[in-house]
Amino acid sequence: MINNMKDDCCSANNEKGSYGKVSHLKPFASTPLMQNKKEEAACCGLPPGPECSKFARPGYELCGFVEDFIDTAAGPVPRIGTKLSAADHVMSVLARFGIGRDSYGIAPGIYCTGTPDADSPVLVTANYKLTFDALRKELASLSAWILVLDTRGINVWCAAGKSLFSTEEVIKRVKVSGLDKIVSHRELILPQLSATGVSAIDVKKGSGFKVIWGPIRANDIKNFLNAGKEADKSMRRVTFTVLERLILVPVELSFLVKPTFLILLGIFLLSGIGTDIFSLKDAWGRGLMVAFAYAAGIFAGTVFVPVVLPWIPGKAFSIKGAVTGIIAAFFVVMTLKNVANTWELTALFLCTTAVSSYLGMNFTGSTPYTSPSGVEKEMRKAIPVQALTGFASIVLWIGAAFIK
Amino acid sequence: MQDFRYLYDVSTLSLNHEACIGCGMCEIVCPHGVFKVENKRAGIIDKNGCMECGACAKNCPPEAISVNPGVGCAAYIIQTWIIGKNGNSRGIAKCC
Repeated sequence: MINNMKDDCCSANNEKGSYGKVSHLKPFASTPLMQNKKEEAACCGLPPGPECSKFARPGYELCGFVEDFIDTAAGPVPRIGTKLSAADHVMSVLARFGIGRDSYGIAPGIYCTGTPDADSPVLVTANYKLTFDALRKELASLSAWILVLDTRGINVWCAAGKSLFSTEEVIKRVKVSGLDKIVSHRELILPQLSATGVSAIDVKKGSGFKVIWGPIRANDIKNFLNAGKEADKSMRRVTFTVLERLILVPVELSFLVKPTFLILLGIFLLSGIGTDIFSLKDAWGRGLMVAFAYAAGIFAGTVFVPVVLPWIPGKAFSIKGAVTGIIAAFFVVMTLKNVANTWELTALFLCTTAVSSYLGMNFTGSTPYTSPSGVEKEMRKAIPVQALTGFASIVLWIGAAFIK
Repeated sequence: MQDFRYLYDVSTLSLNHEACIGCGMCEIVCPHGVFKVENKRAGIIDKNGCMECGACAKNCPPEAISVNPGVGCAAYIIQTWIIGKNGNSRGIAKCC
């Protein structure tokens, strides 16, 4: 899927490509044939696009971000642009929504930007395209080598946590890329968050390259380099601003699409149970009420919790989720108070709260500050309560159909 | 990140002061400012800020730091409860 997107990704690196000066693609030049209106009308489709780049090679796809190739002792190295294209932005948005996110990787190896020489710094990064884009857009007017690791298309911190952005991968990629022939120094700048997976001491032992811990965020890279490769305190601390939280919401929601189909099926089936054994009318009418309560729970746990995270009382996320859930549940009850009885309203209230508490707890996986020991501790307490609340909600809901 | 505090007294982080050589690597790699080097020895100044990412232990030359590293993710932990950390015949626990 990604491999077909010429502008975004390549299926292999272009080391076998020729290199030299930039080949400016010429727009299609009209042939005399095309100038003849009669002939043109006879032709199908739009006029053909520009001719192939001179860097194109059979079996490879030229990445949109590659401007040209420069010659090095280790072979041709792609020089990348530092401006993101419209297609880059579109693909980023899609990835944020979970579309194509699992295959959004670029070929690992050595890239460069500007006019690097043997003394230029080497920046090491992950091969998730979103990560690569976040880095390269900060490199305008900078000359550097970029060593992209094969982290299976996963960002720096998560890949480090999964032992993909690892000591072994750094050593391997340094060797495979022939970095020692390209630069005369023996230093690698790694993003600080990769320290979870990389031992600086072992990289030095295994590759001869010294690891310098760079800043956490790519937008600090320039200041870091200008300060003589020194990071100040703010560059070394993770943040979790409202924007950083909000940007996670779409992908969190995308994870819910599949289970939601099953849950909705269950909701409509259970809602049809009553004195008539099964009523299609109730399945739909009462089912919609539960679906509404469920949706409110999703909103409260997956959108509301991240947005107001620092201001919700409680440290445990299951409690934060329950708090936003109760607020959303009140809204559900107020909306349906004229169409549902007390038993039903209680069931809906519990449903929204339980769903929100569970999803709020799930948000722990997306934050940069929750410890596994803490998450496990709160889960041991919260899951039984959530399950019991959910169960009570179902019993009340089915029971209400018989009381009616 | 002082606005964001998670559960207290849960982190498995510990530091062997005797073994510490005061290199300061832990202070550099920690994304939460848990360590501070004073008088050529590292100290834990904010243990409740620790998220157990394991960066410090991975980069401590004398291996003076120990922590049980992992991913603080509910979905992942549920899977480890069901199929175990390293998995069984049904495969390994998948993270997000």
